[in-house]
Amino acid sequence: MSRRVVVTGIGVVSPNGVGVPAFLDAIQNGTSGIKFMPLYEELNFSCRVAGKPDFIWEDLKKYISEVTFHGLKGTNIGYGITAAMDAWADAGFEYDTDEPRWDTGCIFGNSVADTEAMKNVITKVDNKEVRKLGSRVVEQAMNSGVTSYISGRLGLGGMITTNSSACATGTQAIMMGYDQIKWGASKRMLVGSSEYVDPYVYGAFDSMRVLSRKFNDQPERASRPMSATAGGFVPGSGAAALILEDLDYALDRGARIYAEILGASSNSGGQRGGGSMTAPNPAGVMKSVTDAVTAAGIDPDQIDLISGHLTATMADKYEIQNWTKALNRSGKNFPLINSLKSMIGHCLSAAGSIESVAAILQINHNFAHPNINIEDPNPGILELIDEGCIPLTAVKKDINILAKANFGFGDVNTCLIFSKFNNK
Amino acid sequence: MNRTEILDELKKILAPYTLDKEQLAAVNEETDLIRDLKINSANLVDIIIDAEEKYNVEIDYDDAEKMIVVGSCIDVIESRLKAQ
Repeated sequence: MSRRVVVTGIGVVSPNGVGVPAFLDAIQNGTSGIKFMPLYEELNFSCRVAGKPDFIWEDLKKYISEVTFHGLKGTNIGYGITAAMDAWADAGFEYDTDEPRWDTGCIFGNSVADTEAMKNVITKVDNKEVRKLGSRVVEQAMNSGVTSYISGRLGLGGMITTNSSACATGTQAIMMGYDQIKWGASKRMLVGSSEYVDPYVYGAFDSMRVLSRKFNDQPERASRPMSATAGGFVPGSGAAALILEDLDYALDRGARIYAEILGASSNSGGQRGGGSMTAPNPAGVMKSVTDAVTAAGIDPDQIDLISGHLTATMADKYEIQNWTKALNRSGKNFPLINSLKSMIGHCLSAAGSIESVAAILQINHNFAHPNINIEDPNPGILELIDEGCIPLTAVKKDINILAKANFGFGDVNTCLIFSKFNNK
Repeated sequence: MNRTEILDELKKILAPYTLDKEQLAAVNEETDLIRDLKINSANLVDIIIDAEEKYNVEIDYDDAEKMIVVGSCIDVIESRLKAQ
């Protein structure tokens, strides 16, 4: 028998707010976390702005031992630990345990290890100083580094793994954790994703000419999803984590329930039918949405808000088109839609988890966050949906059902359906 | 550098790798790095690297294997310093 799955804890490290209270305040007020990066000017990048959390490295000592802290260099791991530990505490759980927590697993995604930190490794090896690398490199270079630190701190004893599916990583991690509980393999799952866009990864995107480059002197205006002047995305860094629980388990312990996950779907357009390494096959995008809606057992008309992928490229219009077709809703009948990327940029593998935390907060606090930087909405988008569907300031509204989707390189798609928790 | 001086310096090297500050303060030549100071065995490598840097010596794999208790660590460092 399948189980119901609820969200009982959240944690976030976002460019516009570290910690849930700061993040909630930022997304209610449309606060941008995009800043000018002097280093990127020095490096002759075309895009010189980025979303980077105001993260205090020393604060990690609140979560991990001094010994673990000593020698920790991976920025993505630091972000991930912080989001995960905050989510765990937010759910009302203690960090310390003598016995493994057999009923709890962890699926935490990322895309690449911190290349900036790995540069030191490469330099030492090239200088024939491999003896000086020490014991702490492998654990931070391996993709599962972040899950290993998190699960080790909390003694998690269920399935522990790291997923990676480009920009769909975060949503996919949530879906995989959801499945673990839904089918009875775990009672609790700590899920999420983290990303640190170091200069090397950033540079590679810059060279693809897919980044924003016309607003370097106005960083807060640089990320412009759905606008006519959307000219590429702004890379962002950060992490977010969710605690998912079996509903009965959560009710038995009297947990505060933020939201329920009603259904999810993950697929690929197969890099066919217009899909490629970098572009989605529209049929795959639409199928991920319709499959998630079907799995959730809802009618598409029940969706109050879409948290889009919407990175601020030419593809925004095609994404909206896919939503209109998949949901069979358009014009004034289209749900509200927003893109957190207007405030924080595109956090790649962390996008899905940070945006999901935003989704949960919107459900809980009854609002749709604003899209900033759309003083000039894309006319092609307005042919598909009414202007009123794109909030420019926070809209107070009961959000009962929210669809969250992310689409990534490799033509991969994941869609989640969140709802207010209703114990019926 | 005499053995006491080496011990004082060694305590500073060991500090980031142990959470047991009381044991660290009470370190003597018989203190076992793993059993008494609860140092993770993987970190012994890091301690050796830190010691090499601190004393500007090279500690080969065979010598490194002898560094189990504080006294044997001092033996190795002392002999490496004398060999210079």
